[in-house]
Amino acid sequence: MKTHEPQLTEHPFLKGLEPRLLTLVTGCASHVRFNAGEYVAKEGDAANQFYLIREGKVAMEIYRPPEGVIIIQTLSDGDVLGWSWLVPPHNWRFNFRAVELTRAFAFDGTCLRNKLEQDHDLAYELFRRFIPIIVQRLEATRLQLLDLYGEQS
Amino acid sequence: MAASSNPMIPLPYRVLRFKQETHDTFTLLLEPANGHPDFAFLPGQFNMLYVFGVGEVPISISGDPAEPNLLVHTTRVVGAVTKAMRNLKPGDRMGIRGPYGRGWPVREAEGRDVVLVAGGIGLAPLRPTLYALMENREKYGRIVLLYGTRTPDDILFRRDLKDWGGEFDLEVYITVDRAKGGWRGNVGVVTTLIPRAPFDPHSTVAMICGPEVMMRFTVQGLHKRGVPLEQIYVSMERNMKCGNGFCGHCQYGSLFVCKDGPVFHFDQLQNWFDKWEI
Amino acid sequence: MVTKPTAPSVGPLYILDRNDLDSLLRVLTSNGFTLIGPTLRDHAVVYDQIESSRDFPAGWSDEQAGGTYRLIQRDDEALFGYTQGLQSWKQYLLLSHLKLWEARKNSKEYQLKEEPLQREKTAFIGARACELRAMAIQDQVLLRGPYADPYYQSQRERLFIIAVECGQAGGTCFCVSMNAGPRVEAGFDLALTEVVEKKRHYFTVRIGSETGRKLFAEVPHREAEEKEAAAAERIVKNTAQRMGRVLDTSDLKNLLYRNLEHPRWDDVAARCLTCANCTQVCPTCFCTTVVDSMDLTGKQAERRRYWDSCFTLEYSYIHGGSVRASPKSRYRQWLIHKLATWCDQFGESGCVGCGRCITWCPVAIDLTEEVSAIRESESQRR
Repeated sequence: MKTHEPQLTEHPFLKGLEPRLLTLVTGCASHVRFNAGEYVAKEGDAANQFYLIREGKVAMEIYRPPEGVIIIQTLSDGDVLGWSWLVPPHNWRFNFRAVELTRAFAFDGTCLRNKLEQDHDLAYELFRRFIPIIVQRLEATRLQLLDLYGEQS
Repeated sequence: MAASSNPMIPLPYRVLRFKQETHDTFTLLLEPANGHPDFAFLPGQFNMLYVFGVGEVPISISGDPAEPNLLVHTTRVVGAVTKAMRNLKPGDRMGIRGPYGRGWPVREAEGRDVVLVAGGIGLAPLRPTLYALMENREKYGRIVLLYGTRTPDDILFRRDLKDWGGEFDLEVYITVDRAKGGWRGNVGVVTTLIPRAPFDPHSTVAMICGPEVMMRFTVQGLHKRGVPLEQIYVSMERNMKCGNGFCGHCQYGSLFVCKDGPVFHFDQLQNWFDKWEI
Repeated sequence: MVTKPTAPSVGPLYILDRNDLDSLLRVLTSNGFTLIGPTLRDHAVVYDQIESSRDFPAGWSDEQAGGTYRLIQRDDEALFGYTQGLQSWKQYLLLSHLKLWEARKNSKEYQLKEEPLQREKTAFIGARACELRAMAIQDQVLLRGPYADPYYQSQRERLFIIAVECGQAGGTCFCVSMNAGPRVEAGFDLALTEVVEKKRHYFTVRIGSETGRKLFAEVPHREAEEKEAAAAERIVKNTAQRMGRVLDTSDLKNLLYRNLEHPRWDDVAARCLTCANCTQVCPTCFCTTVVDSMDLTGKQAERRRYWDSCFTLEYSYIHGGSVRASPKSRYRQWLIHKLATWCDQFGESGCVGCGRCITWCPVAIDLTEEVSAIRESESQRR
């Protein structure tokens, strides 16, 4: 991934990571792309990756009979996608499907998980970056829960 | 516009057209019934709308300020009066008192970027502002609309938004709280649109309209992005019985929403905005 | 007739003998004024239409305390020897029930007919300093905003006021704290101070307006002697020193603004019944509601205005619920409006220190006590 390092290292998610840890992380990274309609991940599948979206749009979907497929959230440029790789039993909880052509960096979760076990500095730095994102998503989700524009409001 | 010196007397208006916008939202287009003069209004102002024998409610004007011969109101059905309004037909009469209140900072925003953040029916009180901005497009920098609503079926003024986007260089970002599979737009609360919206926070004037919770988090999101609080304006809503500053119902802390608002500079609200049940 | 507070009257002090008071009242009636003054009814002093001084509560006073009102007999025949009753003059100016207009429907159109405004000349006999201040405060709200209330205005314009300075302070009075009495400063046509001595019963009289001067000229009177002026002065001074309550108003607005979440509000809420008595008896409370109705044929509609109170749930209702659902939020709203936000809205306090809210609260909530509690706890924390 050496030739891609500058784009990757500029990404807000990885900003400030010391060179040694950066190399560890980028060592597990690769380029991916999804065409419109393609699945990034499916509910129940083993979660062994996470993604940093460079550009495009991915919908988080759930299937709810009899309504059908419902989109709960969309992620786009700059967003982090996926943290189930960090949490046992390491399964994707929702479907993720590209809405339009999407380019992203993909990170090998299996590879990274091993590194995290051995290198606690790396673990700390990654968790420190994931937690604010999860908090932000949770806050946004809670606002969605309020159904602010619904019947009562 | 009041022809009578008595501020409690409504003027008769005639329904020209009824338009169903979404399943629970509709627009009424009205004209003066007795040939009294057109009235001027500022974007953000509201009227007290009277349905014969049923009652009166405050509703923001949602039309083009450059077309004073046509009075436009967009509203949701939320109670007895709005329910009665939904049953009005062309030719039916309504009583109008107004326009009341302070409007959006269209003048103050000249020379700057403008960000409008609308939630749900909150787009209706902002639409006159959009008309006014488009009318003098060259006076403003980037104009960005962030619009959140419940589902794609609840998106208001689709055509206007599309036209403005194309013709007047208005950047529109829409998000919904939920959608069925196949929706190719954004899903998520409107605050998620703030970090990536293309405007310069330091020279931006922000105008926010929607449910109070949404406005509270939007102010936080904008502030986090670097928009100074003194460049943020919100539109508040409270119970109103007169619209004139007499009945006392619309008080919000030391402010009367009918005469000090409904559009407020965020500075005015600092004492009250985060207080519950105030 | 005064609608704006005039400068304190400087000028000679006159004497009106008690027996000549009825001449003054007759002058008023012959000039077309309807007389409203204090009378006794239902074991209380109430304002009502009167004919002569015989209708006044001669020889009666009142005993007031938190949640307590009692008439007690005096040992003299003073006509204005009570403090004040539950009502204020507000009921004649901001009518508690008023029809605004009616409309008749004819196919799609409707014709609206405004109710004619009040044209009657009214004289208030016996208005106290706190009540005059309250009228001035309501003038600020209802006449000097972006819109003027035409109904209030027409009632207010046809008014002749005979003010009376209090010869006794009530158990819940604190007009001194609010700088609203007991001396009558402005807003009157004639101001009387009642002096009851063993051998004499008279009033000192100050003229407050041109109309007052003209009408008073038709009544037997003479200039006051020094000792008579001194007697009146002593009475008012005495009253000022015997106030039943004190309210520390220093930086009161900011004190309350700083303590919007003070635990004392929960304390009050546990006692407050949200019965709205305080807002009804308060001479400055001005909130109203509007009711639109229609007859069964659907052809006749009308709009009426009624007194309303911020203590009701409906008051703050917007689609979905009431903004102020809890009793705590409603009590807080009333108090911070009266003593704090009113200052930012209208440039003065909304309270005149008449104490009615304390007297007529069924659970004796005392706003001077509530404010004290908040103030003290703040100074303790520092």
